[in-house]
Amino acid sequence: MPEKKLDLLQGTLDLMVLQTLAAMGSLHGFGIARRIEEASGDAVLLNQGTIYASLVRLQQRGWISAEWGTSDNNRKAKFYAITKRGRKKLTEDAAYWERLSGVMGRVLAMQGDGGNR
Amino acid sequence: MMGVLDALRRAIERLRSFFRKAPMDRDLDAEMAAHLVLAVEENLRRGLSPEEASRQALVRFGGVAQSQERHREARGLPALDLLLQDLRYTFRTLRRDRGFASVAVLILALGIGANIAVFSVVNTILLRPLPFRDPRQLVWMASDRGVGGLSAVTYTVAAYEEFLRHNRSFQNVTSYDPYFGDTDYKLTGRGEPQQVAGVAVAGDFLPTLGVQPALGRLFTPEECRKGGRPAVLLGHFFWQRQFSADPAIVGQAILLNDSPVTVVGVLPASFDFGSVFAPGLKTDIFVPGIMDVLRNEGNSLALLGRLKPGVTVAQAQAEVDVLMPQIRAAHKDWYDDYATAITELQDHVSGKLRRSLVVLWCAVGLILLIVCVNLSNLLLARAAARSKEFALRSALGAGRMRIARQLLTESLALASVGAMLGLGIAFAITWYLARQGSIALPLLSTVQVDGAALGWTLLIALAAAILFSLAPSLKVSGGNLQDALKDAGHGMSAGRKHESMRAMLVVSEVALACVLLVGAGLLLRSFLRVLDVDLGFQPSKAAAIKIDYNDGGNRERRGAILQEILRRVSAIPGIQAAGIVDMLPLDRNRSGGLQAKGRIYRKGEDPGAAFEYVVTPGYLRAMGMQIREGRDFSWQDTPASQPVVIVNQAAARSHWPGQDPLGRIALVNGMDTRVVGVISDVRESSVEEGSGLEMYLPGTQADPEGAELVVRSALPPEALASGVLRTLRAYNPEQPAAEFRPIQSIVDHAVSPRRFFVILVGIFAGLGLLLASLGIYGVISYSVTRQAQEIGIRMALGASTERVQLGVIARTMRLALAGLAAGTITSVIAARWIAALLFKTEPTDPAAFAATVLLLCAVAVIAGYIPARRAARIDPMVALRGD
Repeated sequence: MPEKKLDLLQGTLDLMVLQTLAAMGSLHGFGIARRIEEASGDAVLLNQGTIYASLVRLQQRGWISAEWGTSDNNRKAKFYAITKRGRKKLTEDAAYWERLSGVMGRVLAMQGDGGNR
Repeated sequence: MMGVLDALRRAIERLRSFFRKAPMDRDLDAEMAAHLVLAVEENLRRGLSPEEASRQALVRFGGVAQSQERHREARGLPALDLLLQDLRYTFRTLRRDRGFASVAVLILALGIGANIAVFSVVNTILLRPLPFRDPRQLVWMASDRGVGGLSAVTYTVAAYEEFLRHNRSFQNVTSYDPYFGDTDYKLTGRGEPQQVAGVAVAGDFLPTLGVQPALGRLFTPEECRKGGRPAVLLGHFFWQRQFSADPAIVGQAILLNDSPVTVVGVLPASFDFGSVFAPGLKTDIFVPGIMDVLRNEGNSLALLGRLKPGVTVAQAQAEVDVLMPQIRAAHKDWYDDYATAITELQDHVSGKLRRSLVVLWCAVGLILLIVCVNLSNLLLARAAARSKEFALRSALGAGRMRIARQLLTESLALASVGAMLGLGIAFAITWYLARQGSIALPLLSTVQVDGAALGWTLLIALAAAILFSLAPSLKVSGGNLQDALKDAGHGMSAGRKHESMRAMLVVSEVALACVLLVGAGLLLRSFLRVLDVDLGFQPSKAAAIKIDYNDGGNRERRGAILQEILRRVSAIPGIQAAGIVDMLPLDRNRSGGLQAKGRIYRKGEDPGAAFEYVVTPGYLRAMGMQIREGRDFSWQDTPASQPVVIVNQAAARSHWPGQDPLGRIALVNGMDTRVVGVISDVRESSVEEGSGLEMYLPGTQADPEGAELVVRSALPPEALASGVLRTLRAYNPEQPAAEFRPIQSIVDHAVSPRRFFVILVGIFAGLGLLLASLGIYGVISYSVTRQAQEIGIRMALGASTERVQLGVIARTMRLALAGLAAGTITSVIAARWIAALLFKTEPTDPAAFAATVLLLCAVAVIAGYIPARRAARIDPMVALRGD
């Protein structure tokens, strides 16, 4: 039985989307979903459809912009790009996540004698 | 700062999305379609078969509908969406079930409407501050601790001035002459002469209350001095009625009592003197109370004070308790010690009504409770009928909370529509009440549905909706899907639990109605007892009209005039008796000194003043008063002959205990006067309180305060009016146009507050009864419908129709009796609480309780009989075959 996929923590998807857009430039929803899946080595449990709630949320906050355009293989699709404010937000949130994962890593790495002295 | 802006921006975006649902959904659909196309293409590139490619694309995408839903939640206002959805659904279901919806709304409208109307009355009389500046500072001062007739509780000008000089608690003490009507003014020179009601107020009376004129100005100090320029202020309604609201009247002179008086101003519509100080009486004009004129008239001022800021009523009372005896000690010639009781003006105006109003409020609250119980019941029945629908929604994924919320939304929708209709009802009721000038309740003319009442409406509508949706919501959300689906399958005796909840509701409904009925019964009994009181005169067939004559203050001439008026009036066909008095019982009163000459009164024995009436021969007969002993006055009692007096039995008992007062000498206002008659006690100041001491003096030997011609006739007063008025005019062309007042109307006026409360509580009790019977009917009828099959089987097995009928009626009676038992116990407690409002009626009055029990049982039998008949007519074949 394969290992269970990771459930996404609240808010992490938003950060992943921002990072993906920052790294890859303008992308459509499917493209973003695929990049995230690839980047995570398919370890993330992602119903691709859920990405659209995240996209509209980010768009409403002004962190990404959206525009209908044409894909490489000539398909109409909506393309998203990160904005200046989005980049700022990404920097903040990424720093926060690094700190948090650092702390989590240290806490989880804590060794002891199980309370016996 | 960024955070706030961000939140704001997000809120605006969400709002925009909420209103641009359709285009955004279309956009999303297109986007998702593109997504799937891209995904399929990628899968094809990876070498999957077309079917597998599109299958995997869909799997990876997840639910399209869920994604849509999440998208909407993320971008819009999901709570509002849900509410709108619930509302749409609500209106759809209610439209489908019009019968239920209209009954529910009607019941709610009645309950809420009655509540708003009563709240408006309670708010106006009890809760809202009086319509004056800083009303909490205003206090009422009553001499003799506020006990006794007008003469007892009022002050002389000298006492008023002394108190004003020495007190430290008051910013000001002001006064008015409460004997208004005394000097009823006669307006001439503008159409027919007519009588207008005027009150003399001290120059600082209106400023102390904080009343500003609507037009012109108030009195100047000069106008309040003896010999000052005559001035008058017009009341707003009188100005509108008499002068067609003509602003040019200010500055003009009008003829009052034949002399020109300048109109200096018009008072605002918000100032209704009568409604505060003399409920049920109108006041048309205000004249300056001239202290130097009133100075010689004994106790003639009602005092009203404005406390200094921070001074409490208790502190003022403490000061008065010390100050008054000091003032009294300095003035040995005063005949009164002015032991003063100080009360907040608000208390003086409405204090006595507090309990009645609270009872009324509670009664109408009970109605709302019954309405809620009734609706709970209706909704429960409906919830049962809809159990399939709920089970279906539940199976489709609606959570219990969601269904409970749907029910609450329905209740709120019903309550809102009910409240709107109820507001209409309340507007109508208050409009009607505000125009009932003859009900002697203070401030009633200002009753209206105001902002506070609207707030109250909102509150009770909300509370009602939550209350009556509670039981069905619990039932639905607590129930089990399986049960519901099974219940919907017409099991034989399914839903017992459900039915017991409805039965409990009906029992409580009956109990509440029982409490209301007992209360109404007790109040009705009291009211009938009040109507039954021996007033000491016969109001029916007697009527009074104010008359005017000019005797120049000469008793000799007055005698001749009065005798001539009576001779002419008595000659009018149809008039059985006629007489003249200065003050009618239950209308106005004044007091004078009465003692038995030669008797030494020990401390506490002298009852003090007696009510004084100046009458002509024939008055006692015209009023239907009973002479117990001695004789009526005659025209032979002249200014020159021996002064005579007639006393009532109370005065006889008090001053000549154990003796026959007839022929004895009394001291009347200090003068030796022979007692020539004793009459039965007359209720002079209140129908419900016993009679005080009364004395009657002949108009030839004492000076009257005004004149009322009383006639007794089998003809209605309207038929007499023109003839009597013509006769009076022939004698005195100046006789103003006045109307006959049936004496009964004076009695009615005196009992009007009690009548008002009885009628209202009675209506509420009737409403409660109706609702309770509806409740019983609903439950029994429903259970018959539900048990049709069972009944059919029993009948097929040989049960007779009588037996089936009896079974249903017995079930009804069980419910009613359980309710009655609970209700009776509650009533006993509630009745003790309203004991103070009862008149010669015990709170445990068996008649009221028995009538309630009988009435409720009868109603229950009727409510049960209709479904019982239906049960008996069930055709076993049809029932068994049934769906």
